[in-house]
Amino acid sequence: MQRVRLIYSRGEELLYVGNLDMHKIWERTFRRASLKLAYSQGFHPQPRIHQACPLPLGFTSSNEVVDFWLDSDEPLSEIQQEIEEVIQPGITILQLTNIEINAAPLQTLVSAAEYMIDFVEPFDADELRSNVTALLSKDSCMRERRGKQYDLLPLIQKIEVTESPQLAIKMTLVTLPGATGRPEEVLDELSIPITSVNIDRKQILFTSDL
Amino acid sequence: MTIEKIAISMALKKILPNVQKPGRYFGGELNQVRKEWNSVTTRMALVFPDIYDIGVPNLGIMILYELINSRTDTLCERAYLPWLDMESAMRENEIPLYTLESKTPLSDFDIVGFTLPYETLYTNVLNALDLAHIPLHTQDRSDSEPIIIAGGHAAYNPEPMAPFIDAFVIGEGEEVIHEIIDTVQTSKKRGDSRSITLRALQKLSGVYVPSLYTPIYNSDHTLKSIQPAFDDLPKRITKRICAKLPDPPTKFIVPSIEVVHNRIAMEIMRGCTRGCRFCHAGMVNRPVRERTVDSIVKSLEKSLKNTGYEEIALLSLSSSDYTHIGELTEKIVEKFSERKLTISLPSLRIESFSIDLMEKLKGSRQGGFTLAPEAATDRMRNAINKPIQAEQLLSTAREIYSRGWQSIKLYFMIGQPGETMEDVQAIADLSKKVIVEGRKTIGKRANLHVGVSTFVPKPHTPFQWATLDSLPSVLEKQNLLKDQLRGPGMRMTWSNPRETILEAALSRGDRRLADVIETAWRKGAKFEAWQDQFNYNAWMDAFDAHGISIDFYTSRPRSMDEVFPWDHINPGVSRRYLLAEYQKSLNGDLTSDCRGDCHACGILPEFNTLRSLNPGELWLCPEVN
Repeated sequence: MQRVRLIYSRGEELLYVGNLDMHKIWERTFRRASLKLAYSQGFHPQPRIHQACPLPLGFTSSNEVVDFWLDSDEPLSEIQQEIEEVIQPGITILQLTNIEINAAPLQTLVSAAEYMIDFVEPFDADELRSNVTALLSKDSCMRERRGKQYDLLPLIQKIEVTESPQLAIKMTLVTLPGATGRPEEVLDELSIPITSVNIDRKQILFTSDL
Repeated sequence: MTIEKIAISMALKKILPNVQKPGRYFGGELNQVRKEWNSVTTRMALVFPDIYDIGVPNLGIMILYELINSRTDTLCERAYLPWLDMESAMRENEIPLYTLESKTPLSDFDIVGFTLPYETLYTNVLNALDLAHIPLHTQDRSDSEPIIIAGGHAAYNPEPMAPFIDAFVIGEGEEVIHEIIDTVQTSKKRGDSRSITLRALQKLSGVYVPSLYTPIYNSDHTLKSIQPAFDDLPKRITKRICAKLPDPPTKFIVPSIEVVHNRIAMEIMRGCTRGCRFCHAGMVNRPVRERTVDSIVKSLEKSLKNTGYEEIALLSLSSSDYTHIGELTEKIVEKFSERKLTISLPSLRIESFSIDLMEKLKGSRQGGFTLAPEAATDRMRNAINKPIQAEQLLSTAREIYSRGWQSIKLYFMIGQPGETMEDVQAIADLSKKVIVEGRKTIGKRANLHVGVSTFVPKPHTPFQWATLDSLPSVLEKQNLLKDQLRGPGMRMTWSNPRETILEAALSRGDRRLADVIETAWRKGAKFEAWQDQFNYNAWMDAFDAHGISIDFYTSRPRSMDEVFPWDHINPGVSRRYLLAEYQKSLNGDLTSDCRGDCHACGILPEFNTLRSLNPGELWLCPEVN
């Protein structure tokens, strides 16, 4: 048995693919690659595939992580080649590593995520900076999501505005169970319409080194 | 990319975040084919006139998509109808209906092909044309607009859609599609006008250009004849068939989102020898042709490799009748059992051998076991030519329950010619006996789902002369069953009788119905196949607006010699045979399976040459010299 951690990027083709569907995409990709997937025990055995953290609809990502278990002991280079031959449009494999079979589940290690936001419609840089400053200088920023009140501010670890090569926002948001900062909520506070930007998840940050 | 295509992509970015399931509208799936627009001379779009979720698994579209894209001179892309929220967003933002692959408006293509598997998609076709900014009527289209073609089971009666479609494909599309593309390509090169192109298309066997044919009516609105515009046009259009089933598609589009069926669809056989008298598919898909076990297994291997799917459906009209069904299931189990696949085998006969087959294919007995007795008395079984003894059904049901399935689904049909309340009562009685068997065998875990549909008389079947059961009668029958088919472990579903009425009218409609379809669509009718969208009032208003009585199409008795609007379409099965079958039905006489015993349905004389060129096991018809 072997447990493999795969780091990959997700392009435009997969913009509107949800987490469960992404799971299926990996399952089918591994089947096409004829990998010997290991199955869970029980009445309805399922292939063991764990994703780190759901990517919201409409986002691309430069750095996604998925773990899978194989009933084999194959060199990573071969596995990578087999997957690449049958890869889903939109996915680029960045790295494969072998992981200790019983290492902690990926989802429990996620602590934050870093997003890069580009503008497809022009936005005034000075206005953006002052909106960011205003937001960060607040004491709290109460918002409602799905009927629940929460404070957005403590979920923001960092917001940076850059102008080279073009205007963009880089933000790091807390990503813990029950405490997940959402870029679209921050954008809303900054008066930026969601339809005027591209959002890319640059990185998932983990509590320990992967 | 043209500016317009970029504009569509940009606009989509803006509107997709606000619609449900945006993945329907974006393409980019595994196995989609992208070709450079300028690398080919002909561009074709295939449209399934319902939403993505329903359209993607459609086998007809998959077959043609792969075939057309195998040509180096042609590209083929896909489009589906947007759901209501996306439709209004598209209309608001002036986004025309576009193909998923390159985000190109349908109007930029040379050919746009619609599949019409059933009649309740007609309004959606108009909606698609309108969303694509293509004139609805063939007579209003300019030379630069695409040729609009349509095919599929509903096209066997093309008349209700005649004014909207430039050319219909009658029968199987695998060969004629290439001839259509070649013809359009040549016309385009020559710079032919639209009307010359359409004349050229009418020369192809299996193609019907309705604008070249004019219906003439009698004073009672029945049809007198359908007149070709020119002497050299055929009086009847004979369907196309492939003498040998071509290799099945193996590069299925794998949607990135969940759709109704996420599976490899493998057609193991085309046609059916049983001759059930209500069954349109059984009549129009003759002769029966089978694929070899070898070619099926090879294609499955390829398909699995290409898709990574975890489910296979072995499709045919009657799986148990596939000559080598035992060998096929054995081979499949031997080859693929390690892969933890789900394999479905629909349309099994009511006998214990079917359970053996299912047992072989299914590791765990999740899901139910479906059987379709259709009728519950010998009299009705003889009338529809589907003889199954009640005792055989009960013993099969007993065995299904005892061999590990907890749930059985039975399909019955009400409203068939000659049916009485006693026949309907028998459906209730038989169903109750089945659940009693279940309880005796596995106790309270036993489940029975009874699906009761209402019979719709279809063109090109022995029942094309029959009347549709009246609304009060259908309601009475449904109420009887609803009353009795309840209780622990029992569930009954039925069809909306008003939807049945509409389907019946459209099925045997003539060209006058085109106005009704258009008016109903203008009054908001669309997505008729969706129960919650079905807009009966819009339809009734539309019939009224044109002074046409729906009863004319549904409940009017038809004389044996009435000329039907679909009589100029020749499915190979002769009218004489259909009428003889209708009379046998009225007399309660059975016709045996034609596998052993040819009943001269007309297929062999019609396709005599094809049969003699393809002797042996390929067809289940007798040999000809």
